[in-house]
Amino acid sequence: MKKIEAIIKPFKLDEVKDELHALGVQGMTVTEVKGFGRQKGHVEVYRGAEYEVTFVPKVKLEIVVPDDMAEKVIGKILESAKTGKIGDGKIFVTPVGEAYRIRTGEKGETAL
Amino acid sequence: MKRLLVVTIVALLLSSAGVLYAEEQGLSNPPEVAPAEQQAAQPATGEPETTAAEVQTNADFVWTLVAAFLVFFMQAGFAMVEAGFTRAKNTVNILMKNLMDMSMGAIAYWAVGFAIMFGVTKTGWFGTTGFFLSDFAQDKDPWTLAFWMFQVVFAATAATIVSGAMAERTRFVAYLAYSVVISGLIYPVFGSWAWGSLYKGNGWLEGLGFIDFAGSTVVHSVGGWAALAGAIVIGPRLGKYANGKVKAIPGHNIALGALGVFILWFGWYGFNPGSTTAATKDIALIAVNTTLAAAGGAVGAMMMAWIMFKKPEATMTLNGALAGLVGITAGCANVLPGSAVLIGIIAGIIVVLSVVFIDQVLKIDDPVGAISVHGVCGAWGTFAAGLFNAEGVTMKILGVQLIGIVAAFLWVFPTAFILFKLIKATIGLRVSAEEELEGLDVEEHGIEAYPDFQIHPSAKGLKL
Repeated sequence: MKKIEAIIKPFKLDEVKDELHALGVQGMTVTEVKGFGRQKGHVEVYRGAEYEVTFVPKVKLEIVVPDDMAEKVIGKILESAKTGKIGDGKIFVTPVGEAYRIRTGEKGETAL
Repeated sequence: MKRLLVVTIVALLLSSAGVLYAEEQGLSNPPEVAPAEQQAAQPATGEPETTAAEVQTNADFVWTLVAAFLVFFMQAGFAMVEAGFTRAKNTVNILMKNLMDMSMGAIAYWAVGFAIMFGVTKTGWFGTTGFFLSDFAQDKDPWTLAFWMFQVVFAATAATIVSGAMAERTRFVAYLAYSVVISGLIYPVFGSWAWGSLYKGNGWLEGLGFIDFAGSTVVHSVGGWAALAGAIVIGPRLGKYANGKVKAIPGHNIALGALGVFILWFGWYGFNPGSTTAATKDIALIAVNTTLAAAGGAVGAMMMAWIMFKKPEATMTLNGALAGLVGITAGCANVLPGSAVLIGIIAGIIVVLSVVFIDQVLKIDDPVGAISVHGVCGAWGTFAAGLFNAEGVTMKILGVQLIGIVAAFLWVFPTAFILFKLIKATIGLRVSAEEELEGLDVEEHGIEAYPDFQIHPSAKGLKL
């Protein structure tokens, strides 16, 4: 199993969710997050004085899928979350040791 | 279940239609019946007919009081502007200040202020009769009450201007002390110079022919210069000018701020047209001038902000509408609508330049722009009332307007400065650095305005 963490632009969330749903992804966890990358945020002007918005709002998706699905899911996110402009986000992939469904106690890929 | 719902709705609609129909019938009935009854009844009782003069008097009462209620509502406008333009962690404090400067101020004005402003005067500098509204106890004239009602909300307006300029760092108890002194003393003394003869007083400034119909100077500049003194004595908010750089501290709710500006604009229809304190046809011109100047102020400020910051900045444009309103307050009854547009546009341009100048050059921290809107544009409006006088302008008129503008500054700024220094030396003017960072809501009042949200104060670049 693999955990795919994707940090994307908030307005892309619905599009990504629909694409992954169509691909057969059963569930995901979404968190509103803030952060910065190489741009280090941006500068806004309030009443003529500047202030830094260092932490830009993003959405983080966490999806755990069987190994054979990971590449397809990653491909779909790369495709559907892309605008081509700075700040489209990042994807991180990590191996997952075990998964459990709390209601039934099932474990492994059946618990996904 | 659904059917039951439909039946209920239909029944409700029918019954409300019935009520409406009945009301229409009711409305059309009295004029037919009532005059006949009156005519029949009068010879029998021998009561004199209501004279036109009495009707006019009643209309004067109604208009003056309705206008007073509109001006009272401006307190809500101030509360929303100030809450919206400051940070979430200080919202309860701002709201309490706006509630209490009205409440403490009203009692101070009743006890002392009204007597100083409108009492009989030998010198022309302050009145000495009518404490605790004792005029009414003597003459039983309801006009005393109506007039007081209209004046007390003006005193509260002058008092509340300061709250925004000193927001987010002032001790609550210090603000309470200040609000008693401005409503009871600082505002009434200047008011007596310019407006005393509206009742029993007789001020030296009005004797010269000073034009300030609804208070560009008397109310707004007085509040604005007190705000300037307060902001200087208390110093900037932590982090505002850290490391020699000017840092913006964005307000937490621009929607509330905008609502506040709309409420203030609406309340101004009591402030300016109500200052006739009479139900006359002059109200129409004053209302038109008020509208056009507010519109001009918003346009002027928006254009100026667009040029200077490359964006039509919202909070500056909102300030601009208020600047236009403050600008027309003095001359709303003696200038033509075309002049009102100009007065407003210039006020809008001035307010943007003034906010930037005070914030970035003088480095005086005024979170909501109160000094610029009320002090600076109040001075502009007072001068403009002479400059655009519909009956012609002379050097004498302009000279007297300037005397009034300067007199307001020379009276209010030093007295307010001393007052804030005295408060600082005795009860303490400013909260601790920790409290300021944590927010005044929790430390001063023990509650948060938004308990379900996390508010993260930043202490970056600060030495504690």
